[in-house]
Amino acid sequence: MNSEIKFGIVVFPGSNCDHDAYHVAKHIMGQDARFIWHKEGSVGDVDVVVLPGGFSYGDYLRCGAIARFSPVMKDVVRFAHEGGTVIGICNGFQVLCEAGLLPGVLLRNKSLKFECRVVRLRVENALTRFTQKYTRGNVISIPIAHGDGNYFAEPDVIHQLLDHQRIVFRYCDANGEITPESNPNGSILNIAGIINERGNVLGMMPHPERASEELLGMNDGRKVFESIIESVMNQCSTIAERVG
Amino acid sequence: MFIAKITVTLRKSILDPQGKAVLHGAHSLGYAAVNDIRIGKFIEMKIDAPTEAEARRVTEEICQKLLANPVMEDYRYTMELSI
Repeated sequence: MNSEIKFGIVVFPGSNCDHDAYHVAKHIMGQDARFIWHKEGSVGDVDVVVLPGGFSYGDYLRCGAIARFSPVMKDVVRFAHEGGTVIGICNGFQVLCEAGLLPGVLLRNKSLKFECRVVRLRVENALTRFTQKYTRGNVISIPIAHGDGNYFAEPDVIHQLLDHQRIVFRYCDANGEITPESNPNGSILNIAGIINERGNVLGMMPHPERASEELLGMNDGRKVFESIIESVMNQCSTIAERVG
Repeated sequence: MFIAKITVTLRKSILDPQGKAVLHGAHSLGYAAVNDIRIGKFIEMKIDAPTEAEARRVTEEICQKLLANPVMEDYRYTMELSI
């Protein structure tokens, strides 16, 4: 059995964390990784789709609003509906919300400033395919870099997220307490990342791909990639057993 | 040809930090009577359509699909005949 899984990193005009994601998938995690230009009609035979950070289409109109209509997005939606693993980071999270794969929206930061710094996150759900290598309650350090990360959704949506443990990461302080001071952008309930109902699509504002090697000062984000790889490999072996 | 003049604003229930900052500026200038400022977008769209009803239908669709995100924004527009 092939021991590498395939990451497909979508490149929109204005994506700028695509190479970081590629580097982590390929060189740190030792997996297969390829770029998918947004004009492609298909994501191909990848196991994981990454919508990277950046400023797709210059953030014109709204963050992620135009990228959502890129040709490849139709196939990303299909891939997600078939249960494929999709992770959207920062601008990728905004694109997922605009595309309707995740609920809610990311508003301008409450401070009106572009917030670029290392923040702490508490892992709220460690039973997802994106976080299974963490333990619930883990406090991790990961950088953020965004002007529009203020998560908002209607109260009924927030209740659904809470009821089904779909809030995966929340901004917290060094002790893991969820406080207003530790909220960098004004997000409801300090939300930093959520998953869809089926659990195969994650959106998060912080950048795990910038925190995946000691050389760059921190590697708390690495387990996001390790979790994805482990879960995809487990799926593959389950399928192989059934077929075998 | 018709011209749709579209205004997109944050929904009333959503805090508009940009509007708040500008309101603060107005107050600093001494305009104490100003008690709220909301900031939105103004979009002009020219449409080739045989009738105003058709131009409105197109505008409505584009507003819902692209120009406004209903989770956070409201839109309204006027339609003018262009020569």
